[in-house]
Amino acid sequence: MTGGTGKPLLEVDGLSVRFPTRTRVVEAVRNISFSVGREKVGIVGESGSGKTMTGRAVLGLIRPPGIVEARKMEFDGIDLRSLSERQYREIRGNRIAMVMQDPKFSLNPVMTVGKQIAEAYRVHTKASPSEARRRSLEMLEAVRIRDPERVYGAYPHEVSGGMGQRIMIAMMLIPDPDLLIADEPTSALDVTVQMQVLAIIDDLVTQRGMGLMFISHDLNLVASFCDRVVIMYAGQIVETCKASELHAAQHPYTRGLLASLPRVDQPIERLSTLTRDEAWKTEPGVDARVL
Amino acid sequence: MSLTGNISGGRRALLSSRSGILRGSRLLVSLAVTMLGLLLITFLIGRVMPIDPVLAVVGERATNEVYEATRKAMGLDDPLIIQFFNYITEVIRGDFGTSLLTSRPVIDDIARVFPATLELATVATFIGVLIGVPAGVIAAVHQGRWPDHVVRLLGLFGYSMPVFWLGLMGLLIFYGKLDWVAGPGRLDVFYEDIVPQVTSVILIDSLLAGDFEVFGNALAHIILPASVLGYYSLAYVSRMTRSFMLEQLAQEYVTTARVKGLSEARVIWRHALGNVMVPLITVIALSYANLLEGSVLTEIVFAWPGIGFYITNALLSADMAAVLGGTVVVGTVFIGLNLLSDVLYRFVDPRARQGG
Amino acid sequence: MSDQALGRSARPGLRAWLTTDSPTSRWQARCVQAYLGWVGLARNPLAMLGLAIVVALVLAAIFAPLLAPADPLSQDLGKRLLPPGSPGFLLGSDELGRDIFSRLLYGARVTLYVVALVVVTAPVFGLIIGTVAGYAGGWVDTVLMRFTDVFLAFPRLVLALAFVAALGPGIGNAVLAIALTSWPPYARIARAETLTIRNSDFIAAIRLQGASPLRIVIGHVMPLCLSSVIVRVTLDMAGIILTAAGLGFLGLGAQPPLPEWGAMISTGRLYILDQWWVATMPGLAIFTVSLGFNLLGDGLRDALDPRSGR
Repeated sequence: MTGGTGKPLLEVDGLSVRFPTRTRVVEAVRNISFSVGREKVGIVGESGSGKTMTGRAVLGLIRPPGIVEARKMEFDGIDLRSLSERQYREIRGNRIAMVMQDPKFSLNPVMTVGKQIAEAYRVHTKASPSEARRRSLEMLEAVRIRDPERVYGAYPHEVSGGMGQRIMIAMMLIPDPDLLIADEPTSALDVTVQMQVLAIIDDLVTQRGMGLMFISHDLNLVASFCDRVVIMYAGQIVETCKASELHAAQHPYTRGLLASLPRVDQPIERLSTLTRDEAWKTEPGVDARVL
Repeated sequence: MSLTGNISGGRRALLSSRSGILRGSRLLVSLAVTMLGLLLITFLIGRVMPIDPVLAVVGERATNEVYEATRKAMGLDDPLIIQFFNYITEVIRGDFGTSLLTSRPVIDDIARVFPATLELATVATFIGVLIGVPAGVIAAVHQGRWPDHVVRLLGLFGYSMPVFWLGLMGLLIFYGKLDWVAGPGRLDVFYEDIVPQVTSVILIDSLLAGDFEVFGNALAHIILPASVLGYYSLAYVSRMTRSFMLEQLAQEYVTTARVKGLSEARVIWRHALGNVMVPLITVIALSYANLLEGSVLTEIVFAWPGIGFYITNALLSADMAAVLGGTVVVGTVFIGLNLLSDVLYRFVDPRARQGG
Repeated sequence: MSDQALGRSARPGLRAWLTTDSPTSRWQARCVQAYLGWVGLARNPLAMLGLAIVVALVLAAIFAPLLAPADPLSQDLGKRLLPPGSPGFLLGSDELGRDIFSRLLYGARVTLYVVALVVVTAPVFGLIIGTVAGYAGGWVDTVLMRFTDVFLAFPRLVLALAFVAALGPGIGNAVLAIALTSWPPYARIARAETLTIRNSDFIAAIRLQGASPLRIVIGHVMPLCLSSVIVRVTLDMAGIILTAAGLGFLGLGAQPPLPEWGAMISTGRLYILDQWWVATMPGLAIFTVSLGFNLLGDGLRDALDPRSGR
C-alpha cells in the first residue's frame, strides 16, 4: 500500500511539456506535481489533458522539438532530468516500464513474440539465448497464457487482443522493474477481456511490490482499481484524492465527471452533461504529491 | 524512367481472396491477359509500319508473281485475327522470326545478348541497394538536417539527369581524364573468348575458370556503366527507403522498443528496418525492372552488347522482327519482375504468409 | 491564417477578397483556393527555383530569336569545335561551327513543343479512361484497366522505341510515341480519385436531380481529379523530357538540322574526350530543365496535397 514509510518511488515537481509549432506553443503539460509510491495511482483525464505526455516525459521519450522542464523529477533517488541518453536506457525497461494501449500496434509485426520478450530480458541482463527463452516462457505463464510454447513462436497478428496485451505485460515486467506506467492498457480490449488483464496487472504489481501509474480516461475503472486518483484537465492536475474518497471530490470538473457517469444503484431521469469552465485552464494546479 | 509501381489496384484486389489455389489461378489468368495484350500491341505495331515486309524479303525487283506468292506464304493475305493467332503460336514456340541484320533466328540473338544486360542490371541494382538503403535510413533518422538534404538532393539529381549524358560524363571524367576505369565494351579485345562460356556472364565465368586477369578486366569495364545505372537505382531506392523509414519510425512498436531500453541503433536497424524491408523488397524488384529501361541507352553509350544495344541497332536498320522480338522479351521480363515483386511481398511479410 | 503570415505587399482590398473565409461566389471560392495554393507554394524556396527555371525555359523558347547571338543553323567550318568562351561562341561551337548557345535556345522550342503536345494529349486521354472506368465500374472498369495495365507492362522507352520504329523517325512520331506510353498513370490516378468520389452524397444528389452520367463525369468528377493529375503531370514532365531526349539521342526525334538537345548530345558523343563541351552543354540544359520541373512538381504536391507531411 501507500508508502507511509519512506520516500515515494517517483517524485515529480513542476513538470511542463511544451511543443513549439510554426504558429504557437502547445502546452501539453503545465506545471504538474505528483508522486507515485509502491501503490497504484490512477491518472484520469480526457484526450488532450496531458496524461499520456506525462507518462512519456517520465521515461524521457519526448524528443525535440518537444521541451520537458521540471523543478524536480526523481526516481528512487536518481535525478531523471540529468540523465544522458545512455543512462536513461539503463532505466527504461529495467527500472521503469510502460505498457501501451493497443498490442496490434505496439508489438513489432515482423518479429515473433518470443523474440521480443527475450530481447527485453537480454538487453538488461546479458543472459544467454536459452536462459532468456526459459525466462520468457515463465513470464508467459505468469500472465496466464496457457500454451506458452506456441505463443512464443507466434507473430503478433496471430494472437488475440487480450493475449497481445498480456504479452506486452510479460515483456515489460520480465526485467523486473520497480515502476510500471500503464497507458490506457485496457481501452482497446473487449469488456470481458479487460477485467482479466486488469486482474493480471493487479496481481503482478502487488506480488512484486511495484508502483503503478495507471493512465486512463475511464474514471470508474480507475476508481475501482487504484489506491489514489489524480484528475487532469488541460495539462493541469485539478484534483487528487484517495480512490475511496472520490465521491467527496471538490473540484467542479471532477464532480461533473462523476455526475455524468450512469450508476446502476442510483438511476436518474437525465444524465448531466459536463460544462467546462475556461477559468480551469488558468487556475494554478493541485500538488498531488504524497510525501 | 518509370518511378511508380505497376500493379493495378484491380489486380491487387483479385489477389486477396482466401484459397491459395483460387488466388494462384486468378494470378495466372491475369498474367495471361496482360501477356496477350502485350503481344497484341507488338503485333499491331508490326502491321502498322509503313515498310512493306514482303518487299524486305523479296527485294524491289521481284516480279508480281513472286511478290504475291511470298505474300501468301508469309500469311499476309489472311484475315488479321488469323495472323494474330499465328503470331501468338509462333511466340509461344519461341519463333520471333529471323533478323535481317544477322540472318539468324531472333531468339538466338536475344539469348546471346540478354545475359549481358542482366549482368549490368544486376551489378547496378547491387550498387543501388548497397548505397541506397543505408542512405535512405540515415536521411529518415536525421530528417530535416543536412544528411537528409544531401540524400534527397542526390536523389533529385538522379531523376533529372539523362542516363546517356551521365554515362558520357562518366566516360569523360573517369576514363578520359582520370584513367581509373576501362572504356566502352565488355572486355578489352585482347581478353575476348579466353574463358569458356558457362553462364554467358563474364564476371562469373572468369571466376569459375580461375582467370583473375580476365575477371579484373571485366570488372574494370562493368564498373562505370553499372555505377551510372546504379545511380538511378540509388535515387529511387533511397527515396523509397526514406519514405518507408519515416513511416515506421512513427509507429508505436518503435516506442515500445525504446521503452525496453534498446539502443537507438538497434531500434532503427533491427526493428524499424525489418519492417521497412517488407515493402522495400517490392521496390527493389521494381527498380531492377526500371533499370532494364535505362540500360537501353546506357548500352549504346558504352557499346555494351546487351539487349538494348541489339534493339536499337535493329531499329536503325529497320529490322522489325528483331525490334519486336526484343520488345516482347523485355516486356515479358518486365511483367515477370512486377509479378515477382508482388509475390516477394507476400513471402517477406509474416502477416501475408498465411493467405487471405 | 493571419495577415502577417501572408505578407503585407498586396493591396488590402484584393488580398482581403482572396483570403476571405466566406466567399460569395463559386468564382471567388476558386480564386481563394488558387491563391492559398500559390502562397503555400511560394513558401518553398526550392519550388520557386523550379518555377523560375520553367519560366526561363518558356521565355528562352519564345524570345530565342532575340536572345540568340547567332543563327542556330548557320555553319562555319572554319570555326568548328571552338571551346566555350571563344569570341562569339559563349558555350563553344559544335562540329559544324554552329554556336552551341544559340542552338540551345532554339532547342528550348523543340523541348517545349514536345512537352506541350504530350501534356495536352496524354493526361486528357488518361483522365477520360480513368474517370469512365472508375465511374462505370463492372466490366467496363475491368476491360479499361486491363487495357491500361498492358501499356504499363512495358518500360516506357522500349515501347516508344517500338512505336517510332514502326512509324518512322520524326518529331511528330516521337511525340505520339511518348504520349502513347505516358497516359496510363493518369488513368490510374483518375480512377482512384473517381472511386473515392463516386459514392459521395453530392454525386448522389446530382444524380437524383436527373443529371446524366456523362454530365456527372465531365462536370463534377473530372474537375475534382484535376489537382492530382496536375501534380502528376508536373512530376512527369521531367520523365517526358528525358524520354524525348533519349529518342533524340538515338536519332529518332527531331531530325537534323533541328537543334534538339538529345540529338546534339549524340553528335557531340564523337568528340567527348577532347571537345567535351559539345555533348556536355546540351546535357546540362536537359538536366536543368528536368530539375526545374521536378522541384516545381514536388513543391506543387506539397502545397496541394494536405496529406503529404514531410
